[in-house]
This record gives sequence, C-alpha cells and structure tokens, in this order.
Amino acid sequence: MTAQETAPVSAGRGEPLVVLKDVQKHFGQLHALKDIDLTVTRGEVVVVIGPSGSGKSTLCRTINRLETIDEGTITLDGQPLPQEGKALAALRAEVGMVFQSFNLFAHKTILENVTLGPIKVRGMKREDADKKARELLERVGVGHQAEKYPAQLSGGQQQRVAIARALAMEPKVMLFDEPTSALDPEMIKEVLDVMVDLAQQGMTMVVVTHEMGFARTAADRVVFMADGVIVEEGTPEEFFTHPRSDRAKDFLGKILKH
Amino acid sequence: MDAVFSNFDDYLKAFGLTIGLFVVSGIASLIWGTILAVLRVGPVSILNKAAALYVTLFRNTPLLMIFIFMAIAMPVLGYNFKFVEDVEIGGWNVSAFFVRSCIALTLYTSAFVCEAMRSGVNAVPLGQAEAGRAIGLTFSQSMKLVVLPQAARAVIPPMTSVLIALIKNTSVAAAFGMAEAVATMRALTNNNADQRIGIFLAFAVGYIVIVEVVSLASYAAERKVKVAR
Repeated sequence: MTAQETAPVSAGRGEPLVVLKDVQKHFGQLHALKDIDLTVTRGEVVVVIGPSGSGKSTLCRTINRLETIDEGTITLDGQPLPQEGKALAALRAEVGMVFQSFNLFAHKTILENVTLGPIKVRGMKREDADKKARELLERVGVGHQAEKYPAQLSGGQQQRVAIARALAMEPKVMLFDEPTSALDPEMIKEVLDVMVDLAQQGMTMVVVTHEMGFARTAADRVVFMADGVIVEEGTPEEFFTHPRSDRAKDFLGKILKH
Repeated sequence: MDAVFSNFDDYLKAFGLTIGLFVVSGIASLIWGTILAVLRVGPVSILNKAAALYVTLFRNTPLLMIFIFMAIAMPVLGYNFKFVEDVEIGGWNVSAFFVRSCIALTLYTSAFVCEAMRSGVNAVPLGQAEAGRAIGLTFSQSMKLVVLPQAARAVIPPMTSVLIALIKNTSVAAAFGMAEAVATMRALTNNNADQRIGIFLAFAVGYIVIVEVVSLASYAAERKVKVAR
C-alpha cells in the first residue's frame, strides 16, 4: 500500500495531456489525496477504481479545480490550472465533466442544457449551437427528447444528455465521476455504450467508476486507489488477473465474488 | 365613513403615496438585496463578510432608528437630498422626505431580501452551480443563468412576506411628516372623532387591497415558475 508498488505503465498514444505532480489534499484532519502523481496522455482512457472514501472522486474533481489542492501541481496541456476568475472558467470549458447525479439544469430544456455553454462561453450563434446540440443529442440517442425538461427523462437519458452537454464544449479531456452509480441496472448499459463509443473515437477520458466490465473493455489503464493513495496501476488485463498489492487483491476479491 | 368619502381625494393621495413608497423602495430593495445575497454566497471572502455585516447591522436595527438617522442625522452630515425637489417627473414633484424615506426603507428591507434570496440560493442543489462552472461559466454567469432563476422559485413565498412587511413599514414614514395612509388616517380621525371606526375600516380596507394584490401576484408568479425537479 505504498508508493513503491506504483509502477506507471506507458499505454498512451501521444504526449501528456493531464499531469498531476505530488498532489496533496486535506479535508480537515483527513488526508484525502497523498502524493498523487498521475499522467494522462492524449487519447488515453484511464479508469480509476477503489473503495469508497479512497479519494478517487476527489482526484477527478481536482482536475477541473472543482476541488482545490493544498500542494503539488496540476497541468492541462502544459498549462498549470489557474487560481480563480476568467482564466479558470476558460480552462473548465476545455475539460468536460459528467457527474454522478447528472446535474442537468432543471429550469432549462434538454436542448438549452446543451447549447448554454456553446452560446454563453464560446459565443456561438444560437442556430449553430442548436444544430450542433441536436447532432450530439442524436449521437447519444436522445434526439427526440430535445424539447423536454430534465425531470421528464429517465436517469439513463439524463446522463446521456449530460455527456452531450459536456461534448458540446469540444473538451480536450472528459472526466466522469461515477457516471452510472445513480442509475438503475438496465440504464447503466445505455450510458456505458455511449462512453465506450467515445473511447473508441479517441477521446481522452478519466473515468471514476465501479463498473469493472467497462474498465476491462474500454480502459487503456486502470488506476487503483485506496486511502488517498494510488496503490497500483496497470493495464486492465494485468490488474484484474494479477493484482500486485494485497489491498487490490482484497478489493477485487470482494467485488468480483457476487 | 362620511369623513373618508368627503375627503376621498386625500384618501386616494394617501394610498398613492403609500404605494409610491412601496414600489420605489421595493424595487430598490430587491435589486440591492439580490446583490448583497450574491456577495454573501460569492467566492470573495472580504465581500462575504461585508455583506454579512450589513445584514447584521440593518436587520437588527429598528426601522424607526434608521428613519430617525435619515431624517435628522443625514441633514446634519450635509446630505439632505433637497436637490431632488428641483426635479419634476410628469408634473410630480418628488420631496426630499420621500427620497429619504425610500432610502431608509431600502436600507432596512434589503437586509431581509438578502436573507430570503440566500435561502433560495441554498435551496438550489450545489451540483447545479458545479455543472455551470464545469462547462466554463464564470461565477457571475452561473449565478445569473443557472442558480438565481432556480432560486427564484424557492424565494417567492418568503419574498412575498418581506414585501408585505415593507408595505406596512411604509407607515413609519408617517412619523416624519409624510402624508401617507396612516398619517392621513390620523389627521381624519383628529378632525372627525365621531367617525373613528368608519375611518379605521376604510384605511384597513385600503391596506388589505394592496396586500392582496401583492399576494395574488405572488401566487401567479409561483405558478408560472413552477418546474418539476
């Protein structure tokens, strides 16, 4: 369970896109992230797994600075994350984020949810934004729901809209913070299918999830976290068949039994 | 009741003034109170504290004290707002007292507006603001486009109470020579002591009508912004 067991695997295509160096984060007494070093290269799909409270969601949220960090550096495409204000907003526009609880804007239609960013942040014309949004909604399979409000859609549909909303900003990297944890079992597949599609099209993705099936099929690399530390990382094949650390063996033993 | 009908012009003028005080200080309070609420929930620590201090100061001070300050201390300090009396709007001459009353009412009511607004902002799930920021909206954009429109829904009932309190608080201006409803009622009862009950009733009805209009408008607004979550 120490940093020595960590052996970075170079499964990436292209140059580093997201680089975390020696990141530390505390919540009061709790040391939520300890000595985190992680590099995500362009086009890579990194799946972060681990028991709850291991800091994996926090890790995901630090990358677009929804959580601040106490020490260390995070760079996106060579640029360190700005502190606050316009520069930070501009950076977040480059990073797509999908939340566990969807967080679609409840007072806006599905179409408006997707066009808000392009219009207000990118300054796109409404017609162009509408056209693009409809294409994206079609792509994630909810094109016919464009005029409805979020509450009228199922969880799986809402999450796919949330993915479309993030994609509308043409992000460099997509962050998924437990995207299927709030969904009924039969809706999980429709969301994962969209994510697998994205991965195959070469989108850089950081995915925090409990879906081991997704990790096996779509991940280039699996990062296993426990107690705020990256305990182990490797290709899915390596990790699931020959976990090196006891912590990972224990975790896999528990989740794969049922 | 005859006293009211024979002085019906004064009656209408009195309520006109009450409504004038309410509308002007109501709009100013809504604007200033919303700004204060945004400062209170915003990311800048010094502004959070300044807005919190403002609320503590004005919410905990009796309205009468603020009126006394505006009516007596401000002119001594050199701010008598006499210059507004030269301004004529559509044949109406605004009095300096009217302006000072509106300032006093706004200073006081905006503290309550701020807190009602803040309760509305707190009723919007945190994830909404996070999602706004995640697509690259600035703090003020995510407030304006995402949080405040949804906060408005939760805010309408408490805000209506604040506005109704404001309507009744305009009567404090009577103590400073404004011939609004209560002052006019007092003048009429002084001159027609035998018709006190009728005069009271007539003015009570006037207040009830104004408050009901505000309440009904609030219900209508509530229905209009109701959206499922």
